[in-house]
Amino acid sequence: MSVKETELPHFKQPLLRTPFHNRARELSQHDSFVAWAGYTTVDVFTTPEQEYFAVRNATGVFDLTPMVKYRIKGPAAGRYLNHLVTRDVAKLKVNRVMYTVWCNDNGHILDDGTLFRLGEDEYWLCSAERQIDWLLDAAIGYDVTVEEVTEQVAALAVQGPTSCWILKQLGLAGIEQLKPFDIGRFAVEGVEVMASRTGFTGDLGYEIWMPPDKAEFIWDRLMEAGRLRGIRAIGSQALNAVRIEAGFLMPHYDFVSAESTVRLGRDRSPLELGLDWLVDFKKGHFNGRRALVAEQARGVARRLVGLDVAGNKPAHSALLYTEESGRQEIGFVTSALWSPTCKRNIALAIVNAPHFALGSKVWAEIYLNRELVWERRMVQAEVVEKPFFAPERRRVTPPADR
Amino acid sequence: MSGANGATKSYDVIVVGAGHNGLVAACYMQRAGLNVLVLERNDYIGGAAVSRSLYPEFTYSNCSYVCSLLRPEIMRQLELPKHGLQIIPYEGGCTMMQDGNHLALYDNHDALRREISRHSKRDAEAYDRYSRDVMRQCKFIKPLLLREPPDPTSFKWRDINELLYIGKRFHNMGEERMYDTVRFWTMSAADFLDEYFESEIVKAHFAGSSIIGTALGPRSPGTAYVLLHHYMGDIDDTVGAWGFARGGMGAVSNALGSSFKASGGTIREAASVSKFLVRNERVVGVALDSGEELYASTVMSNMDVKRTFLETMDAGDLPSEFLDQVRKFKIRGSSGKLNIALDGLPEWTAIPKGSPCTRGDMHITDTLDMMERAYDDWKAGRWSQRPYVDMLIPSQIDPTMAPPGKHYMSVFVQYCPYELADGPWTPEKRKAFGDTVIDAIARQSPNFKSLILHAEIRTPWDIEREVGLTEGNIFQGELTMDQLLFNRPIPGYAQYRAPVRGLYMCGSSTHPGGGVMGAPGHNAAQAVLRDLKKVA
Ligand SMILES: Cc1cc2nc3c(=O)[nH]c(=O)nc-3n(C[C@H](O)[C@H](O)[C@H](O)COP(=O)(O)OP(=O)(O)OC[C@H]3O[C@@H](n4cnc5c(N)ncnc54)[C@H](O)[C@@H]3O)c2cc1C
Repeated sequence: MSVKETELPHFKQPLLRTPFHNRARELSQHDSFVAWAGYTTVDVFTTPEQEYFAVRNATGVFDLTPMVKYRIKGPAAGRYLNHLVTRDVAKLKVNRVMYTVWCNDNGHILDDGTLFRLGEDEYWLCSAERQIDWLLDAAIGYDVTVEEVTEQVAALAVQGPTSCWILKQLGLAGIEQLKPFDIGRFAVEGVEVMASRTGFTGDLGYEIWMPPDKAEFIWDRLMEAGRLRGIRAIGSQALNAVRIEAGFLMPHYDFVSAESTVRLGRDRSPLELGLDWLVDFKKGHFNGRRALVAEQARGVARRLVGLDVAGNKPAHSALLYTEESGRQEIGFVTSALWSPTCKRNIALAIVNAPHFALGSKVWAEIYLNRELVWERRMVQAEVVEKPFFAPERRRVTPPADR
Repeated sequence: MSGANGATKSYDVIVVGAGHNGLVAACYMQRAGLNVLVLERNDYIGGAAVSRSLYPEFTYSNCSYVCSLLRPEIMRQLELPKHGLQIIPYEGGCTMMQDGNHLALYDNHDALRREISRHSKRDAEAYDRYSRDVMRQCKFIKPLLLREPPDPTSFKWRDINELLYIGKRFHNMGEERMYDTVRFWTMSAADFLDEYFESEIVKAHFAGSSIIGTALGPRSPGTAYVLLHHYMGDIDDTVGAWGFARGGMGAVSNALGSSFKASGGTIREAASVSKFLVRNERVVGVALDSGEELYASTVMSNMDVKRTFLETMDAGDLPSEFLDQVRKFKIRGSSGKLNIALDGLPEWTAIPKGSPCTRGDMHITDTLDMMERAYDDWKAGRWSQRPYVDMLIPSQIDPTMAPPGKHYMSVFVQYCPYELADGPWTPEKRKAFGDTVIDAIARQSPNFKSLILHAEIRTPWDIEREVGLTEGNIFQGELTMDQLLFNRPIPGYAQYRAPVRGLYMCGSSTHPGGGVMGAPGHNAAQAVLRDLKKVA
């Protein structure tokens, strides 16, 4: 029975189900589903801790089908994308992936995502937000077609130290040759899949792209292949923990798309988010370039940084101050985590100039709920390097088996 | 305490008209320690915010029918919930199409995106940008609603300060949005919607609120603002949400009346004012149709400007240029209303079974052209042959409006002229107008006609006669840029004060305009209190 047949009309069941939904439901012990980009997805299967350690110790499997995907095709596709995004797309070779952001004319981020070059004139843009109207408007004057293909592709992230070994067991012969950001094409018992050495965990890992009607087949084979090497399905809570360790940004948490801000000053530029390395001023004109050149000359007013926070209580939503007295507010935490791997209390935060400099000391106001009694703590935090966790294995080719 | 006959008592303020704005103003002034008398021509209060029972066991919201604009500050300060007011949001809405398809609006964002995608994937995503831009403009305008508009030509400290306040807010929007504002206030709804959407049905659906109550078509410049005017309200902080007042829109006026009386105020119904009494350029009271005279040094008119100055005052008491501008004030009637008692729920051929969209506002105009054609009829002096309707069945949500299983349906109709090209309105023509509307609805619902138990049909002419709104204009004057902010109602007289000392205006003719909002009443009361030094 196909998943589609069990679906009710959108006005009764607004969220879509991914092709892995039935499998996910079988494994989810809490029935804890959350809405993500129009789909219902698992938040926690068993416990966030177990799922977190699957990624850092063995292999976690995450259903990333809801990630919005656009197919961009045509003789001008490369030039179009180069106009759109901040990095130099001309440098992206066929079968390679790049992480990038794209901005409006004011140099404010519309979204971040990954760009896949699948052929000479064919790309995929994977993003968090739906934005076909923007992408089509930006395509005026270019010989390209832009098409949303989210529902045409099913995808699994297979991440962790044993992921390469498991994928070899699955039959992805030669997967160990993929370097970070490489794309390869494989077959599992005759079913063609695409694999990229990409992920949102900062660890060794791959993303497997397949036709939706083969999704359950691949899932079953993959789980069987990984049985002896600790494979387990993970939900979005565990993923959020590993991405904070990796210093990756989460839209809606660490920044809001300039497409959806209502208040002034809520938009963020790539320079403010510490993504200077993604902005290629030398490649020629691109959307937002003028504004970014000016901002760079002027210096950013605030910046997203990593914090090492004293104590072991995550500084969720904490306001930041210059002094313990809390007189001068200078920023706020956007993501926070006690990192079980680094054994550090870490956070991502937006901090005003000049306090975002490496080594700056700030104070975080943390509220703790202790058996329904709220307590307030002022704890010191230091601006530190990101990522917090960057194991060598994420880069080594061929990777070790475990 | 004022006696029931009230007449022998002296009052600090007389408010003429117990429309919701008159009542809001009366409440604030009474609470500030003034002794206030409200005089209402009809034998019920509320003006265009009224609930009446014209068919056994049914209650109609005879004029206004949905609530969003009523300022939450007013509800709270005047303790309207304590006096029985409850606003219940309704969900969604739809436009039924001539080809049997439809566009539904769902509260759930994902359902809405998938619904719009059925018509255009691009529009589904453009919708978020559209909502964002509308929200940005609302954020700018909203704080201006409960403030007296500054006179830009004045050098008074207060005016300059207010101008600075607006200027600062405007500047705080950021450059791009400032440009947008200027465009927004002057564009046509069609041009505005074209900037976001490609699908005709999506544009037609959203254009609806740009023509409601307005003698303009979706392609007329200025209608983009009218659209915005309908987004300015909120329910429990959900901006742009609309709902029902439990018990019909009369519940708003009744709660105001109750709050007013609880603070010691007096209302006299069936007391029609024939004249504002003026001595030595100063108002001294009013004369009633009965000949009775009542005196107060402050008098406030809840009537629209035309009725106030052209019909209830001697021309000799007013400056000529002012009078001339009052004469030219645009207050063209363009809307009709049907209130229908139904024996059951209509079936809609275009709507899939189980869709909740019929619990919201329903429409049957599926292209901008069709809407513009409806306007063309109005220009030619006839009611629209294919009218735009804003129809709701509140009894699906509010159990107080109809017996179980039966339903009250409110049908707002655009366009219907005040004056017909072929001579005055007659009962036959009124019926023909009603039939045109009923036939149009019946095209989408095979069982609709057979369910009708009773219908109240109201043309602009009826609305003028019954509610006192000149030409039946629902906003007491059109909401176009030339008649907004410091130009509303008359340039130089936007601060609620008439050219005669002691006389004030508080109806929807004043800033920020029409709708059941209460803001004009609130602002007018503040003007009086400032003048009488009742507030700092
Ligand atoms: C058919 C229709 C539908 C509408 N739909 C909506 C809606 O759904 N939502 C919304 O927000 N707005 C709606 N409106 C607009 C809104 O109802 C009005 O803008 C608003 O109610 C006007 O209130 P007001 O107090 O300014 O004036 P009014 O309500 O016009 O009050 C004026 C009062 O003065 C009285 N009066 C007149 N002459 C005299 C006299 N000589 N002596 C004593 N008293 C006198 C009248 O009887 C009346 O009570 C609608 C209006 C109409 C007509």
